[in-house]
Amino acid sequence: MSATIALHAGSLEHAETASTREPAWVRVVLISIALTFFAVFLLLPLGTVFAEGLRKGWAAYVAALVNDDAWDAIKLTLITAAIAVPLNLVFGVAAAWSIAKFEFPGKRLLITFIDLPFSVSPVISGLIYVLLFGAQGWFGPWLQEHDIRIIFAVPGIVLATIFVTFPFVARELIPLMEAQGSEEEEAAVVLGASGWQVFWYTTLPNIKWGLLYGVILCNARAMGEFGAVSVVSGHIRGQTNTMPLYVEILYNEYNYAAAFAVASLLALLAIVTLALKTLVERQTRRQLQEIIEPSGE
Amino acid sequence: MSIAIRNISKQFGAFKALDDVSIDVPSGELVALLGPSGCGKTTLLRIIAGLDFADSGQIVLDGDDASARHVRERHVGFVFQHYALFRHMSIADNVAFGLRVKPRRERLAEADIKRRVKRLLELVQLDWLADRYPSQLSGGQRQRIALARALAVDPKVLLLDEPFGALDAKVRKELRRWLRQLHDEIHVTSVFVTHDQEEALEVSDRVVVINKGKVEQIGTPESVYDHPATPFVANFLGSVNLFHGRVEDGHLHVGNDALALGASEGSDGKAVAFVRPHEFDLVPGWDEQGALAARIVRVVSVGPSAQIELAHGDGKLIEVSLGRDAFRLLGLSEGDRVSLRPRHIRVFPTDALAA
Repeated sequence: MSATIALHAGSLEHAETASTREPAWVRVVLISIALTFFAVFLLLPLGTVFAEGLRKGWAAYVAALVNDDAWDAIKLTLITAAIAVPLNLVFGVAAAWSIAKFEFPGKRLLITFIDLPFSVSPVISGLIYVLLFGAQGWFGPWLQEHDIRIIFAVPGIVLATIFVTFPFVARELIPLMEAQGSEEEEAAVVLGASGWQVFWYTTLPNIKWGLLYGVILCNARAMGEFGAVSVVSGHIRGQTNTMPLYVEILYNEYNYAAAFAVASLLALLAIVTLALKTLVERQTRRQLQEIIEPSGE
Repeated sequence: MSIAIRNISKQFGAFKALDDVSIDVPSGELVALLGPSGCGKTTLLRIIAGLDFADSGQIVLDGDDASARHVRERHVGFVFQHYALFRHMSIADNVAFGLRVKPRRERLAEADIKRRVKRLLELVQLDWLADRYPSQLSGGQRQRIALARALAVDPKVLLLDEPFGALDAKVRKELRRWLRQLHDEIHVTSVFVTHDQEEALEVSDRVVVINKGKVEQIGTPESVYDHPATPFVANFLGSVNLFHGRVEDGHLHVGNDALALGASEGSDGKAVAFVRPHEFDLVPGWDEQGALAARIVRVVSVGPSAQIELAHGDGKLIEVSLGRDAFRLLGLSEGDRVSLRPRHIRVFPTDALAA
């Protein structure tokens, strides 16, 4: 997962030279292996999702999506993303800002901890919240006293999602902001800009593509997260089912066509995300290129 | 507006960047902070601007202690080494930035801002670039835009960090002359940082030579060049030949040779002496008294002057620069014996070198 957002500072187009060119048969074999692998492990499953979803016909496909349970799952997924993504946008910008622009004790530690959600299993991410807020957890008795439900309810799902998607925006912005340095910000301050003006007129325009890229990835993960959400959800239909959880339930009930129909929605989301990502990635790379080698010299 | 730098010290961890630095910049002067890289000159400039804060000491702007004032309230113009133009804004918007971020009640009307931007771009002779973006400009153009942007807010003081550092030699020379002319026109008190002695000597009214966080000498370009106060200044300003020897009875003894010194030069004891390459007279043969006996090793005769490398005594190399025609008249070539008579020697006791 973290590999997908490792920053693409180097150019992707490596110039091929005679000295590094392999013989024709080596190239053919390598490319065939890569393409075969790609087809078997990526394209085939993706095709299967749509094929299975549509096996009982278009009407069954639509029926699987247009019913109360499915609609509740979609709604909950959207609500979760709508809360988690903006929060992580703010956290991410704040974290990246403080890391890239300031020196403070514990900075390395903070950078390491930002990656924590990537390095622990999502199941553990969910369990952390159960241990904190569950009936037997640290805050459990207090929450029960005040009749606040977090675990097996929507707040738990949102919390787990925020935790799991926390690194995306920050990870995207830190290298970008570090490469940009703070000279432009300093120039703005000397010219009399207030803190907010500095951020709005100099920092934000310089990071907007990187930020958008992080948000897209964050959103994709927020909608697709299964493990952490599964632990805190309780799988209550119509209440705490997100789309990935709903797919699992349908599948376990041997309702394959409906399961694949809902899954196909998530797959579509993935495809749209990829398309957006490619577009934005191009812009981000251009922005970074301008920092590294300003043109027009 | 005058700037007074009083007893400024700044430490980064164990590294003393500035050690009790005091400088006075009278109103309207153009002053160069000159020193090798890492000597603390940029740190000092940033402290004057308020981008960094000193551990102790005061920055007095126009008679008022500004040490605690925020950058925004200091009303300085700052030109960054790499220009720091806002890359997503057009050139006109860059120049207008300082005018547009003012609080509403102090802000000019948009039409006035436009007029002012146009005037500034004309001042730096780049009004035809108003709609371009920084990435479309050459280094020299960016530099001038950065200057126009800094001047837009009517700064009381203009601070420039290595203003010509990132430019190629030809552009650098042009801009240098241009900056001097601009300063003569607008007379804003200016301080610029440079490691290039030629730049400092050519552009500034006064030069402050800094080394290892300390001021070595302050003076006009002529005085620091002709009368260096310390061995460091002598060594740093222009190329120079360095001799180790002894001073005795008004003579400097270098190897087997003795050079006569002026009455005021040097006290007895171990000493280092500096002689610039163009301050030697050449006499063929080794018969001359009060001169260095040397042998020509190599002659590079390109451009208006001849650069001559000579070996003295046990093989120490001496560089001499002589008008090309004058050298030709001497009829000397590589391998010949020559006497070198310095016209001007600066002598410092050896212990001054360590300081």
